[in-house]
Amino acid sequence: MANDRLETGASIDRFEYDRATDRFEYDRATDRLERPFRQRPTDCGDLDFMSDAEQPTDDHVPGDDEFEPIQVFPEAEEMDLRPGADNCYKCSTCDTNCPVAEVDDEFPGPKFQGPEQWRLKRQDDHDIDDSVMKCSNCMRCDSACPSEVPLSQMHNTARGEYVEENMDKLSREYIRNRILANYRRLAPLAATFPRTANFVMGLSVTKWLGEKTLGITSEREFPEFATETFRKWWTKRGGAKVENPDKRIAYFHGCYSNYNTPEVGKALVRVYEHFGYEVMVPDQSCSGTPMFANGMLEDARRAAETNVSELGAALEDGADIIASCSSCSMSLRQEYPELFDFEGTEDVAENTWDAIEYLRVHEDLEAELEGTSVEGADFAYHAPCHSRNQGLDGQTIEVVDAIDGIDAHDVGDSCSGISGTYGWKEENYETSMKIGEEMFDHMEEADAETGLTECPTCSMQMGHGTGYEIKHTLEVLESALLGTALESPQGSRET
Amino acid sequence: MAIEDDVLVIGGGLAGATAALAAAERDVRVRLVTYKQSTLRHASGLIDVLGYTPEGEGPIVDPYEALEALPEGHPYERVGSEAVREALAFFDEIAGDAYAGSHTEANALVPTHGGTVKPTARYPVSTADGLASDARDTLLVGFETLTDFEAPLAAEHLAAAGAPFSARGVTVSFPGIVRDDAKVTRYAHLLDHDETVATDDGETGAREALATMVRDSLEDESRVGFPAILGDEHAAEVRADLADALGVDVFEVPMGPPSLPGMRLEDLLYDALEDAGVRTASGVPVIGYETEGESGDETRIDHVVVDRHGAEIPYRADQYVLATGGLVGKGVRSERERVFEPIFDCHVPHAEDRYDWFVDDVFGEQPYARFGLPADRELRPLDADDEPEFLNLRAAGAVLGGYDFAAEKSGAGVSLATGYVAGTRAGEEGGK
Repeated sequence: MANDRLETGASIDRFEYDRATDRFEYDRATDRLERPFRQRPTDCGDLDFMSDAEQPTDDHVPGDDEFEPIQVFPEAEEMDLRPGADNCYKCSTCDTNCPVAEVDDEFPGPKFQGPEQWRLKRQDDHDIDDSVMKCSNCMRCDSACPSEVPLSQMHNTARGEYVEENMDKLSREYIRNRILANYRRLAPLAATFPRTANFVMGLSVTKWLGEKTLGITSEREFPEFATETFRKWWTKRGGAKVENPDKRIAYFHGCYSNYNTPEVGKALVRVYEHFGYEVMVPDQSCSGTPMFANGMLEDARRAAETNVSELGAALEDGADIIASCSSCSMSLRQEYPELFDFEGTEDVAENTWDAIEYLRVHEDLEAELEGTSVEGADFAYHAPCHSRNQGLDGQTIEVVDAIDGIDAHDVGDSCSGISGTYGWKEENYETSMKIGEEMFDHMEEADAETGLTECPTCSMQMGHGTGYEIKHTLEVLESALLGTALESPQGSRET
Repeated sequence: MAIEDDVLVIGGGLAGATAALAAAERDVRVRLVTYKQSTLRHASGLIDVLGYTPEGEGPIVDPYEALEALPEGHPYERVGSEAVREALAFFDEIAGDAYAGSHTEANALVPTHGGTVKPTARYPVSTADGLASDARDTLLVGFETLTDFEAPLAAEHLAAAGAPFSARGVTVSFPGIVRDDAKVTRYAHLLDHDETVATDDGETGAREALATMVRDSLEDESRVGFPAILGDEHAAEVRADLADALGVDVFEVPMGPPSLPGMRLEDLLYDALEDAGVRTASGVPVIGYETEGESGDETRIDHVVVDRHGAEIPYRADQYVLATGGLVGKGVRSERERVFEPIFDCHVPHAEDRYDWFVDDVFGEQPYARFGLPADRELRPLDADDEPEFLNLRAAGAVLGGYDFAAEKSGAGVSLATGYVAGTRAGEEGGK
């Protein structure tokens, strides 16, 4: 009998046990318990989760006799993924959507990494299987699952546990992953001396060393550092050119727009100012995406804490949060509330938007684009997995459709295969390129010579596989709305 | 500002895609919003219309004849048999060469992975050479690592079912597959790309390696059936290469989930949607709606609300089609005390006592299998008083009640027919 699990009989009549989800519910309206514990990460050291089991729900007045919170699950220190695991009825839809399992014989697939591994772990002597590191964190399994299993959340926690418990902190793999995950820490140095950095990174000896000492593939060109970061440009410009207390956005530029493609950030500012928005650029850290993907949950937690606090402050100033990178918005919207519990996490998640989506909903973007034109080549458009997961896969094609002079051709629903830092690892390079093959083929079949996407690393992969120049949709909008020419990205490598 | 269209279809399975395509035949802007992946990946890819009567009689030879006798409230009774014919013709046009069976109104008999025979109106061309009415002797080939298809057992089942040919099953190892639990997409990918694999005689392409593996087992059969993993994007080419190499016809046996023929059907439908100019948004749920209210009509939906990871986005259209599926697709849901439709809270008739939702005989007449929305002849969902819930909402596919698709073998046909009717009506009205 499930109710046996209650430690006390005192308030038992106010709890309703839901056999299907194995949870006790509390409903504000009827004064019953709702989610007595939050799902929270395991083994993340000093994560500052609050224990809802011991605290009243939001609107509860302390001291109110009506509801006396009790410790329903005394051991509720760990994130409880049981309901998710129970929801899996093993249809394997997730497995058929996994781009890695399709090409990699060694990878047991998302169903194993999620619910099955979770169940195995109930046996004390089971470690997380090291194959979890082969998951690329594309998160396709999330939107594949017809049964509400939080697969990527399970993968993120399993990966975090594996790195924490089973990975040698002095191993080459750990150090390499830590460096890749914390790209942002190195970037400021490189951005201070961009020409030197680009020169050094472009040297074959550097790449050879990278592969030999760190296991970073020498097949790829390191992303070029901009000679002027977005933030430097923003400061030099004197910040916002439009002031408008009624229409404010806080721009989450992320690392890549800041250090590598400031033209994307500039396009965002100009497009939003065109619509009369006051743009704020709050202090920010990495979104955490590369850290989740490498199981560095502690690093991600630190970054998330900064972001939630800074962006939360911007929300109080009346701004909505806008991201130009689809993985950044994905991270703020989905992974933060799944993994962290800082004050304001939910608020930040609920008020974060993709840059183009926001304009579509808050402005009549289509009408504004009607009659505009852009000179130039047509585009081969790839919808990033993280954009797809946010329901944004058709958006770019629809928006570009309204602009005269150019067409964007969707190159299909395959994954680009790079998945952030994944395709940078020597051991994943081949898998990454095999996954990307379908996209490369479709790009070449499409009637276009330029690529288009919203994800920085998809963009790297698209360029790497086809040699095309790749644009961001915001750059196209800038060109249409402001009549500027579609510029080439920051020249070629300046050596 | 809302995302605006004339017709909005909620649900991306066979019913939703058909509704969107039918609506797009008119001069209207159509959008399809779909949440998680459709149950097409669970489906065999066969297009059945009616295999058995609701009383369990069959297999039915002529489904159209049997349609006339269906009880009131059955989705086919609602739309009428002429609409079923039109819907099938509409599907034939979309499917083109990918499907067979349109030459007759009689059901075809397709062997399944369990060795049973399923009556169906249309079938993927990949299964065409496997029909059970075809008297040619058959070799079924299974793979050691693909436990869902036990070829010798399936062959014995076929013999026991009275198939007019002799069937034999063998199990071989699939060249290039090392994992015991490799995904069906991995098999398909190996063959699609004809990847180089290691065999006893050195390295060769996966297709040739597979043919070599089977050749020795082939006696005087003139056709060979494989589980339905023979390629995805290049399935026709894979089949042709295997047939050439073996010198006999090659066919696929439809499998349980996850199913490549189901995925190929999904791809086919989404390509057609793209060609028809239907806009799609996937991966996000519709979580609510607003009626026109105050100034307008309470019984007309003004817009629906889509949840994009916390942000609530309004989508407005003139006409709506609800095609969110049944209990498996979660278009109809149940809790301990009620069965409900989660988006519009449309009326779902069901017994108050949940012990009356089922009968003890697992394969008996299960009341829950018929749970779903009642609808008028325009397919507008009806409330408890038999009045339309909303004037501009229609329902299609498994979200409709009054039929047991698993027992009747009518799932795809009902989705096509009701999707076609709901989409056509929505397109006509939305274009006004």
